Amino acid sequence: MSGLQWGVKGGYIGIMRIPIDTFRLPNGLFVTLSEDHTAPLVAVNLWYHVGSANERPGRTGFAHLFEHMLFQGSKNVGANEHFELIQRAGGTLNGSTWLDRTNYFETVPSNQLALALWLEADRMGRLLPAMTQVKLDTQRDVVKNERRWSIDNQPYGTCWERLQELAFPPTHPFHHSLIGSMEDLSAASLDDVARFFATYYTPDNAVLSIAGDFDPREARRLVTEYFGPIPRGGGVPPLPEMSVTPTFGTAPRMVVPDDVRLPRLFIAARTPTFGSEGSYVATVTAAILGLKNGSRLYRRLVRETQIAADATAGTFDLSKGTDLLMVDVTARPGIAAETLEAAVTAELDRLVRDGVTADEVERAVALLETEYVASLQSADTRADKLSMFATYFGNPALVNDQVDRYRAVTANAVSAFARERLGPDNRAQLLYVPQETQAAAA
Amino acid sequence: MTTISHDESRTMVEPPAPPRPGAGEPRPYHFPAFESRTLSNGLRVIVAPVTKLPVVSVVAIVDAGAGTEPPERDGLASLTAKALLEGTTTRDGAALIEEAERLGGALDADADWDAATIKLTVLSERIAPALRLIGDVLRTPSFPEHEIERLKAERQAELLQLRAEPRGLADEMIERFVFSPNARYARPEGGSAASVDALRRAHVDAFYAARYQPDAITLIVVGNVTTSEIEGLAENVFGGWTGHAATASDAVLDTAAGDPPAIRIIRKPDAPQSEIRVGHAGLPRGHRDYFPVLIMNAILGGLFSSRINLNLREVHAYTYGAHSSYDWRRGAGPFAVNTAVQSNVTDAALREILLEITRIRADAVEPTELSLATSYLDGVFPIRYETASAIANALANLVIYGLPTDYYDQYRANVRAVTAVDVLTAARTHLDPARLQVVVVGDPEAVRGPLEGLGAGPVLVYDDTGKPL
Repeated sequence: MSGLQWGVKGGYIGIMRIPIDTFRLPNGLFVTLSEDHTAPLVAVNLWYHVGSANERPGRTGFAHLFEHMLFQGSKNVGANEHFELIQRAGGTLNGSTWLDRTNYFETVPSNQLALALWLEADRMGRLLPAMTQVKLDTQRDVVKNERRWSIDNQPYGTCWERLQELAFPPTHPFHHSLIGSMEDLSAASLDDVARFFATYYTPDNAVLSIAGDFDPREARRLVTEYFGPIPRGGGVPPLPEMSVTPTFGTAPRMVVPDDVRLPRLFIAARTPTFGSEGSYVATVTAAILGLKNGSRLYRRLVRETQIAADATAGTFDLSKGTDLLMVDVTARPGIAAETLEAAVTAELDRLVRDGVTADEVERAVALLETEYVASLQSADTRADKLSMFATYFGNPALVNDQVDRYRAVTANAVSAFARERLGPDNRAQLLYVPQETQAAAA
Repeated sequence: MTTISHDESRTMVEPPAPPRPGAGEPRPYHFPAFESRTLSNGLRVIVAPVTKLPVVSVVAIVDAGAGTEPPERDGLASLTAKALLEGTTTRDGAALIEEAERLGGALDADADWDAATIKLTVLSERIAPALRLIGDVLRTPSFPEHEIERLKAERQAELLQLRAEPRGLADEMIERFVFSPNARYARPEGGSAASVDALRRAHVDAFYAARYQPDAITLIVVGNVTTSEIEGLAENVFGGWTGHAATASDAVLDTAAGDPPAIRIIRKPDAPQSEIRVGHAGLPRGHRDYFPVLIMNAILGGLFSSRINLNLREVHAYTYGAHSSYDWRRGAGPFAVNTAVQSNVTDAALREILLEITRIRADAVEPTELSLATSYLDGVFPIRYETASAIANALANLVIYGLPTDYYDQYRANVRAVTAVDVLTAARTHLDPARLQVVVVGDPEAVRGPLEGLGAGPVLVYDDTGKPL
């Protein structure tokens, strides 16, 4: 019986192998299988290679609205029945939409694998007979409320939308809002649903991963039976040009007065796309700057000078065009936005000027390593990462290379990266400040 | 533009559907075996070896939650727990954090109502230095004054931020109004601006001396380790420590509000949504009706397919989501329904919530509703414990709430045993429409009139600090 394999040597993981088996159906569906029999549960995960980047003008937010529609039933499944059947089976489930992919996933007791696969296949193969205007109208309103809840009525809630606008040129597929504008959501029609489904929700534009406690022969048989008859698509229209200059070249800056109590500064830098050697250097650099309380920004701004209430940094792992490294610092009460901005800028300048030490790299890599290995304890994370590496790079085995990639990053590489990518010519700044009306209204 | 002709051909050739499959034979599952041992100084050690991946999670719990704070010292439990990481007698806070993070673990310390907790996850090779570090943090904290002042300022920043954060503000306000003003639960777990301002290092020292004693501590270690290895390390790290925890304060935790129901609007001008909370004091974690109430709540508002969520989200599209929950604590924590709706349907949404609470007390739930809730909670049990940290937290709950050792072995049977009659009895016993308080964080100009029209009690308006306007 195969399963997770690992060994430890000298304080480090010598080997860690998530077992991987793959096959492709004649209709193009790529499948990855990863066994682990330590508990009687199995994760099913589908990535469709479509996200907000694929939306046509005037339809921002449609990819995400469409994700909601996938829970509204298919030919042999009633509205919301997918949720009910999986929960009744003792499973968890959800879906999520990102710039360039949409995923759907469930973790179920292992004796319910067939149900999870059958449900996913029914909506991949036979969604449209279940689509109605009433369902679309309802989900449109649900999504509008999701927008109000997560963006419009949250302090700093618009930050990601604003960053997209700042960091990507207007014609770039990552420029527009992921959840979409109210106006565009209102415009979405059943015809859009039919077109989007036919264009993007095809087996040859998807990856299916199964991780956990299953019999590989049985899983293959079920996948072939359920997904095999679904016809291949007509090809996905290519995305517009994604590549951008490696740095902004200027210093894009936006100041947003908002219903917030404390100034908060976001700085985004363009960094090498996820999966490239440089992307691991960027992630380690971000961790040195702002991962956990021992990071530079936290130590300096929160602990020592006490200018900030919080300070973090990270990368988004975007695999097309450019990735972004983002610094996120919130001021302490009584600290002016300019003081905050000057302090963060000084830290970035110091990083560019002086580089980093091997000790700092070691701390960052140790944290990233633990975080990564700990995340793989969950079958749903293993399945999702397999789908991701298969979708982006056609190579799910990359799941086993990540720790080594982090560990290969040197202090010299980080210092060189900082000089190239974190200078003043590559800092898009988004600054939230408390709006004046707050005081006026009181 | 997309090439429509080809796409349309695909939708017309609809593949035949294979029949809906049934379930296979379920495979057995057992909650991970664990061993519990008490050192001679009273410190308890619980170890669960789990060998799936080379990681280990450590959770140290101390009987030093906010529920044990002395009177008028709100926030002291959380401040003390956080201050543990600000330095020991042999190193300062920055060095301490650096040491933990070089082991690959982010040390986390805080206190909730029922316990102070220190958490750390590392690769299992690094368990020995990780445990020594946790030992130092618990045994020899130095509580530097300037770091304590810094932590207080961080709490003040958090409180200030909360004023502009509708979800957190609504959560805080519903607790203020469902409990009697003299109950600790009516006031924020981490303390208010005034109470935190008044905290001094001497309070931290005294609270630490009273509560952080070996016989009030349980060390839980889950992951790729052996019991003997951990017991040996624990003896080594904690063995020489002696002392006894003082008797905890007998603060009033959970007295329910005596006020008749009211709708309280927390003013947020021009809010695009209303954050709604509807609730009253619930029941303690140790209550014998725990399982019937758990299932009742799942049907009412706990699950995606619950009555409240399907009604508000899928039927009316008022919201992105609506849920109900019991906050299980040693005392009777709050029961609350929570949702955020577009401002112009605030009254309609509230009416539906009140109707659902009335309805679940009126008639027995349908067999399909009951079976959905029980089969979900039964089936999802193994999925909840995939990670070492989830298992460690589950074991912590055994200790904190005094649950029986075989609690997790019996859990699924207890869930399955709940009947429709049990659910109805639980709803009638533990939900009381006559005691429901309502908090709406929103725009009074938009929602006040319609809410007054509901006839669900007087409508009062407050500012974002809870001061009547």
